[in-house]
Amino acid sequence: MGPVTSVGTDSPVDGIVATVPIVLSLLVAVWALVAAVRHRPPDRVQVVGLAVLEVALLVLSVLALVAVGGGDRPGEPGAFFGYLVTLICLPPLAWVLARMEPTRWGSAIVCAVCLVTPVVVVRLQQTWEVLGG
Amino acid sequence: MVEAGPARRRTNSGPGRLLIAVYLLFAIAATSRAGLQIATKFDEAPVAYLLSALAALIYIVAAVGLARAGHTGRRVALACCSVELVGVVAVGVLSVVDRELFPDETVWSQFGSGYGYIPLVLPVLGLLWLWRTRHDHA
Repeated sequence: MGPVTSVGTDSPVDGIVATVPIVLSLLVAVWALVAAVRHRPPDRVQVVGLAVLEVALLVLSVLALVAVGGGDRPGEPGAFFGYLVTLICLPPLAWVLARMEPTRWGSAIVCAVCLVTPVVVVRLQQTWEVLGG
Repeated sequence: MVEAGPARRRTNSGPGRLLIAVYLLFAIAATSRAGLQIATKFDEAPVAYLLSALAALIYIVAAVGLARAGHTGRRVALACCSVELVGVVAVGVLSVVDRELFPDETVWSQFGSGYGYIPLVLPVLGLLWLWRTRHDHA
C-alpha cells in the first residue's frame, strides 16, 4: 500500500496494520465525544475500545520490531522508537485518566487521546520513511 | 447539569482533568522531541532546541501545577500559562518575521501550526480555567 519507498524496503508500519488502529482510534474518539456531549462518563464501549486499540498497536509494534530484527532500519531510529513507545502508552494513559475522572470529562479525555493516537501513527510512518538522501 | 455545585471546584477535576491530560500529552511530545534534538543534532539549531526544551519544561510544570491544585499549584500554573502564552505569541511572530532565527521547527514556531495550533489555544484555556475556579480553591 502507498508508494514504495525509494530504498526498496517496505515499511512495516504501513498499510492495514496502521489503518486498523487509526480507524479504531477515530471510532473510539467519536463514541467518547458523543458520550461527553451527552454528559456520560466513560462506558464499557470506551474501555473495550481502548483495549482493542492497544492490541492493534501492540501488533503494529511487534511487526515493526520483527522488521528491525530482520535487518530493516527506520529512517530516524531515535524518533521512530520514541513514537513507538509513546504510542503503546497512549491507550493505558487514557484509561487511567478516565478512571480518575468518572464524569463527562473522563469521556472527553478518552476522546482527546484517541484523536492524538492517529497523528502519532502517521508520524511513526514518516520517521520510518524519511531516509537521509 | 451542574456537578456537585460550583463551589469547591478545584483545578484538578472536571474540565481541569482534561486540560491536565492535554498538557501531559504536550509535555511528553515536547520533552521527547527536544531530548532527541539536543542529543542528536544540537549544533544545527541550538536556540530552537533549547527553546523546545524550555517549552517542554513549562508544559510539565503547568501539568503538575494544575494537578496539585491548592494555592501554590494555582500560582505555578498561572505563571506557566502566562509564560507559555507570551512565548507562543513571541516565537510565533518572530518565526514569521524572521525565518532565519529558527532554522528548525519548535513547538511554538508559526504559533504552533505544526501541532494544530493547540500550543496557542492551550495557555488561553489554562488561564480561563484558572479564572473560572478562582473563588473555589481552598
